[in-house]
Amino acid sequence: MSDTISATAELNLPKDLAAAKGMVNVEIDGIWHQFPKGTRMIEACRQAGTFVPHYCYHPKLSSPGNCRMCLVQMGMPPRPAPGQEPQRDDTGYEPIGWIPRPVIACANTISENMGIRTSGEVVEKCREGVMEFLLINHPLDCPICDQAGECLLQENSVEHGRGVSRFVDMKVKKPKNVDIGPRIRLDDERCILCSRCIRFMDEVAGDPVLGFTQRGTHTTLTVHPDRLLDSNYSLNTADLCPVGALTSNDFRFQMRVWFLKETPTIDVNCGSGTNITVWARGNKIHRITPRRNDEVNSCWMPDSHRLNFHYIDSDARLTEPLARSGGVSPAVFSPIPWPETLKTAAAKLKTIAPENIAIIASARMTNEELFLTRSLAAALGTGSLSLVPRFAEADALLVAADRNPNTLGAKLILETEDPFATLDSIREGVRSGAIKALIVLGEDLITDAGFLFADLANLDFLLQSHILANPTALAAHWVLPAAAFAEKRGSMVNLSGRLQRLNRAVELPGQARDDWEILRDLTLAVTEETNVARHHIEDVFKSIAEAIPAFTGLTLSKIGHHGTQIAATDYQIPLLANERARKAAGLING
Amino acid sequence: MAVIKLQRPKLNFGEKIYFGALIKGFFLTMTHAVKSLRGKSAGADSLASSGLGVTMQFPEQRWDEHLPEYYRGAPTLVTDEQGRERCVSCQLCEFICPPKAIKITPGEIPSDDPWAKVEKRPKEFDIDMIRCIYCGMCEEVCPEQAIFLRKDYLITGLKRADMVHDKDKLYQIGGVRTGLVNKWNELK
Ligand code: SF4
Ligand code: SF4
Ligand code: SF4
Ligand code: SF4
Ligand code: FES
Repeated sequence: MSDTISATAELNLPKDLAAAKGMVNVEIDGIWHQFPKGTRMIEACRQAGTFVPHYCYHPKLSSPGNCRMCLVQMGMPPRPAPGQEPQRDDTGYEPIGWIPRPVIACANTISENMGIRTSGEVVEKCREGVMEFLLINHPLDCPICDQAGECLLQENSVEHGRGVSRFVDMKVKKPKNVDIGPRIRLDDERCILCSRCIRFMDEVAGDPVLGFTQRGTHTTLTVHPDRLLDSNYSLNTADLCPVGALTSNDFRFQMRVWFLKETPTIDVNCGSGTNITVWARGNKIHRITPRRNDEVNSCWMPDSHRLNFHYIDSDARLTEPLARSGGVSPAVFSPIPWPETLKTAAAKLKTIAPENIAIIASARMTNEELFLTRSLAAALGTGSLSLVPRFAEADALLVAADRNPNTLGAKLILETEDPFATLDSIREGVRSGAIKALIVLGEDLITDAGFLFADLANLDFLLQSHILANPTALAAHWVLPAAAFAEKRGSMVNLSGRLQRLNRAVELPGQARDDWEILRDLTLAVTEETNVARHHIEDVFKSIAEAIPAFTGLTLSKIGHHGTQIAATDYQIPLLANERARKAAGLING
Repeated sequence: MAVIKLQRPKLNFGEKIYFGALIKGFFLTMTHAVKSLRGKSAGADSLASSGLGVTMQFPEQRWDEHLPEYYRGAPTLVTDEQGRERCVSCQLCEFICPPKAIKITPGEIPSDDPWAKVEKRPKEFDIDMIRCIYCGMCEEVCPEQAIFLRKDYLITGLKRADMVHDKDKLYQIGGVRTGLVNKWNELK
């Protein structure tokens, strides 16, 4: 090759083209791809659409490479002799010399002109061998194991297992059904020693209480002798565990996962807006798991939020509209039909002067509901509208100090900087008798807003819509059954300005109705308008998009399952900051 | 495509007026009538007839002894020689059952139970016998040899609720079954 030709050719070599973009060329199963420098082989394969079976690798955790399931075949161009130009084919790639021994794909990074084979005899034999070793001492508990149906060991057994055991010796016995924390149960026989749980508690939760003891086949996962696995993030280890070694006490033996329907929605326990999946069978929610969103919660969620769903089908649920038919304490309520409820309530409201009416809504309501609340206030002609603040201590990861999920949404929709501002003056007004009528939406004033029963008992009109029976309801004249977060569709904005969507996972119980429908019909009853303009929640969102600049051009379906950024705030979710720092340091890949 | 031409049989006059066939039929019927009056009709013994014809006089006389080995009657739950209820409520039968006749509520075995190591058993187990089509899929899918189709075929009730076999009823019909794989042995 003459100097001139190689000089011009080199400018167009694939390696230079890729390097200009900070990428490298890798051949995966015969096809060339480009990936950013520093990508792990397993990630490159995933991005190229090839799944490499694995246990210990997790994109959000470090890669110790201890399960050996991800073995693949690797090749590099042969090193040229000193002074010799590397050979290249017509397309400019160097020929790949395949290394006879396999390498793990999860802990090795790609390099220029590398070749990866994710199938073939060597790779297949490796996987079969690893599977056989993993199953040597496995207890075959599948019929009683909660992981069955979503167990990587089961899945990989189907593809790479032998079906019959060649192992004739006694299996190693390990502790079973161990209580290692208030929410987690450990079964050591099922553990495949991938160490994901150990790394999560150490690297993400910052509470390294798990570890291995003993050696060889006797290696056992244990919790530190003086400690419990009681971090508020402990249940993430049950999600992470590729097998049924760590399972959730709350979900234990409740239902097999293959019966459950998954609904992507968001958590409403704090302002972070963690993305979740609700798992329900029929009309019963069985569990909630975090859903990956790298802009909000990564792959994790706090236990306190995850387990807060049992109230949805509790006995305290309100299932039919009630009107007070007598008494103050104890109050007597009788059920009445919806149309009559709204008609009588509206008629009563109209006998009260607008300046004597106030509305207390909730920052747990969706944007759509808050928008309709605003319309209701306008229809009534009252300016007293407040939400109830809900602040508690934040943790260093995901739980925000603001325990209302939609404070930012409320600010945008109500177009005010402080949606809680008038709460105190409303409370004063109720006490002094200046306010005679109160509409309370989704809040319990006595427990959460500093009202006394005596204050509320003086009112001429108190209407409350809520999902659960509560102390405020006892003072109310009308109590309307509303929808829980998993029963409705709508949108909220989290503290970092991300518009996210709630989806309906289960149906409403009894005669309970969607909050936005209650608000729409109450407003119609007040204005005596008969033309129902909004038939669907999408219609409400359309009105928001027309009225509020931040929502312009959006629809509910355009929000997508991962949300849309609509406002810039300086709120940083600490968990994400940690994760980004670890990614920048090259510790993790995802 | 091969075309085969069929020739219609040529009928003679006697066959065309089909009177001969009627007479033949009449004699055949009469032969059987006489045989049955003498208690000699075909199948009289094997079907335990009442003596007059082959009709079984149900319910005084029952099929029970005449059912073949492979007969599929009501699905039931069984216990084994150690008195352990074999079902661990894995819910595979509930999943496989084509008409969705099975409904299971799983539960945990309390730690003071002698079988605590099995960890799981059904709290409730209902089979709706109005829905069951006696297909035997539940028996086939069960990984614990816990559900078997027995020879009971007389499933009656006065209300729909009577037709739902609950856990007690299922164990009562199922009884004890011996010689099954002892998976939860002392090694486990
Ligand atoms: S961990 Fe997986 S393979 Fe092991 S018993 Fe549980 S479901 Fe079966
Ligand atoms: S308990 Fe689960 S996550 Fe932890 S090391 Fe064992 S298999 Fe891995
Ligand atoms: S026999 Fe068939 S239909 Fe009846 S319970 Fe079993 S699986 Fe269901
Ligand atoms: S398949 Fe067998 S062990 Fe599983 S629930 Fe049905 S009867 Fe019980
Ligand atoms: S995934 Fe690579 S060694 Fe476990």
